[in-house]
Amino acid sequence: VTELHDIQTDLTTRFAISEPNLQRPEQLFLTAEPGQTRGLIRELKERHGFTHLVFLTAVDYIEEGRFQLTYMLHNYSLAADIGIRVFLPREETEMESIHDLWAQAATYQRELKEMFGIHFPGSPRVDEEFILENWTTTPPMRREFDTKKYSEETYFPRPGRDGKEPENHMKKKLYPEEL
Amino acid sequence: MYTKDRSKYPETADGRPQVDLASGRFVKVWQGPNHPGITGNMSLELTLNGDEVVECTTHVGYLHRGFEKLMERRTYMQCFPIVCRIAVPEPDFNEYLFAAAVEELAGVEVPEKADWLRNLSLEMIRLASFLQWIGGQAGAFGFGTIGQWGIANRDYILDLFEELTGGRIYHMFIIPGGVRGDLPEGFRGRARAVMDRIEELLRDMERALLHNAVFKRRSVGLGVITNDMMNHYGVTGPNARAAGITRDIRLDQPYLMYDRLDLDYITAENSDAYDRTKVRLGEMFQSVSLIRQMLDAIPGGGAFHTRLPNPLHWKVPPGETYRRAECTRGEYGYYMVSDGSAYPRRICVRGPSYTHAVALMEEMAVGVNIADIAGLMTSLHTYPPEIER
Repeated sequence: VTELHDIQTDLTTRFAISEPNLQRPEQLFLTAEPGQTRGLIRELKERHGFTHLVFLTAVDYIEEGRFQLTYMLHNYSLAADIGIRVFLPREETEMESIHDLWAQAATYQRELKEMFGIHFPGSPRVDEEFILENWTTTPPMRREFDTKKYSEETYFPRPGRDGKEPENHMKKKLYPEEL
Repeated sequence: MYTKDRSKYPETADGRPQVDLASGRFVKVWQGPNHPGITGNMSLELTLNGDEVVECTTHVGYLHRGFEKLMERRTYMQCFPIVCRIAVPEPDFNEYLFAAAVEELAGVEVPEKADWLRNLSLEMIRLASFLQWIGGQAGAFGFGTIGQWGIANRDYILDLFEELTGGRIYHMFIIPGGVRGDLPEGFRGRARAVMDRIEELLRDMERALLHNAVFKRRSVGLGVITNDMMNHYGVTGPNARAAGITRDIRLDQPYLMYDRLDLDYITAENSDAYDRTKVRLGEMFQSVSLIRQMLDAIPGGGAFHTRLPNPLHWKVPPGETYRRAECTRGEYGYYMVSDGSAYPRRICVRGPSYTHAVALMEEMAVGVNIADIAGLMTSLHTYPPEIER
């Protein structure tokens, strides 16, 4: 706990950090400015031993008109995590790429581009399809994407099998004109 | 893209290799999406020069079922039966991590008995999953028999699961608040008998595989992950331990009852396919030992579930958390964000294959003989559904 607290104090001197939240003794979440995030991540990786990028993902806060990017970094020697939250506007979303710091970051950024429509200029293969095929509508992980509406429009209902329940069977046999 | 010496590799433009198939120097081969050497449905686009792979591009998406999106539209209790379906060979890690994350956000305390039973089910599925994996690893080098032993004996563990949870593949046993049931009568004795049988089987496998000249010739030196690649590619689990790195979440950040059990880092030095097999076999022996320890230690009787609020109106206080556990392949984790409603705002599943099967595989495949690609892929123990979720 003390080390995480020291690191947080150290970071506060150079970066604009807000809303620190110690979720567990070994897990700290904090909010950073979009322009400073890459610098902050490099600082944590190179000076504070947070050498493992656990994941990079986005959360859509549609009612506030913004996305939250979460970078989770792990320090093996302290067995501690720092989760960095970055808030970006939902329109024309663009973020600096960190593909040169970790190889898997390029994959995460490619997924975020496809699933949320967040651009990461310069990230390798970022414009190639990752999971979806010929997807032209709203990126599917955005909150406004309606899964039910999409499936109703894209797929057609399959007629069911001819049932043999006694009730319908007899009705069909005896009063075909009523059906 | 492979970035080291590229003298015999295709020229690049805009960071992509320009493969001139008309020149006759290169052949493109697709391995997958359905291929016995691929662990699940994904495909490798291989560019060959002779029989040597000069470029590998991975393609995923064949198993995308949109779990993360589905969970945003379901209450926490409705999410619980979905999460296990993310990973077929070891669903229990999903159940545990989902439950642990919800409990942390909602402030639910779980009885100790439930933690023991959760721990037992995690170790049992670890053993079952490794028994399935070893068939793939041996099969990729032409030893079909070992796969048959593995699958046949895995069924004894599935029998135990059926008895404990009612399900063989998906157990839906670890529910938020605890587990669904206590150990059945006589379970401990039957489980001990299965462990004796499996330990004998593991010794046979060790003799048949690790001391086999053909297996050694093909796997020693294949797919070496160097130490400088470990952090750059985010390598975790047995893939990291095979290089001598002591990295195991069960010991570094003990969860459940691991701090009360006797276990150790299983490591090797050479970080090739052979050493990864050795590490995983060692972990299987360790799993057997852990299950035996737990069968002795689990207290009889007692509560195994906490009373939860009405699951139909269960609102979880706002917050976010990340929980992790050591699955067979490395670090498995759940990132959960709650906005205070009855539905999760976002759940992100972090699987170790996300990096092992994409970024790492693309780098490792280069320079490998096409015949060894299947063995290399299996030796990384990847699983596509956790890439796509």
